[in-house]
Amino acid sequence: MAIEQFIDNEVKNNDVVLFMKGTPQFPMSGFSGQVVQILDYLGVPYKGLNVLENEDLRNGIKSYSNWPTIPQLYVKGEFVGGCDIVREMFQKRELHDFMKQKGLPVKESA
Amino acid sequence: MRTADIITEKLTQAFTPESLRVADESHQHEGHAGHRPGGQTHFRVYIVSEAFRGKSRIERHRMINATLAAELQGGVHALAIQANAPGEESAGR
Repeated sequence: MAIEQFIDNEVKNNDVVLFMKGTPQFPMSGFSGQVVQILDYLGVPYKGLNVLENEDLRNGIKSYSNWPTIPQLYVKGEFVGGCDIVREMFQKRELHDFMKQKGLPVKESA
Repeated sequence: MRTADIITEKLTQAFTPESLRVADESHQHEGHAGHRPGGQTHFRVYIVSEAFRGKSRIERHRMINATLAAELQGGVHALAIQANAPGEESAGR
């Protein structure tokens, strides 16, 4: 399967997907780790895909989104942004509302 | 020419910003992936420009990434961006 098709399937078949360096349990980059912390805080279920395990995936996701950096967060098939955008949305509570609008469960305490 | 100066010059030409600050944060990433001896790998950009008004966050980042495509292809490993239109910050956005 071509990498672009693989990415497209992942993005469209999972509500929340994070392309990251490392895994949610062991982030290998501070930027990926920040997004993991935010998603965990919100309590939204998500799938983490480790681009360090696959060079095709690492390059493929950059051309898929036309975005030069990792992490990249996708919600319901839509590219939300990288670390800066996710953090800014979180700090302004926009991410809470965005997730809820998309019908995703956000922890009451978040 | 230092990378920070190149970034400053390119962003100034592209967006005629009201304010612009480019910080080299490479020293904060010593020992991490992407860091090289001599630094100039990790940067943070604060920019306020009329060019960003009405644009989404993703569009703003894309505009800046496109302007600095050569640097991102080259030695710049990470670029943190805060891009606002004039007046937005005080509006609490």
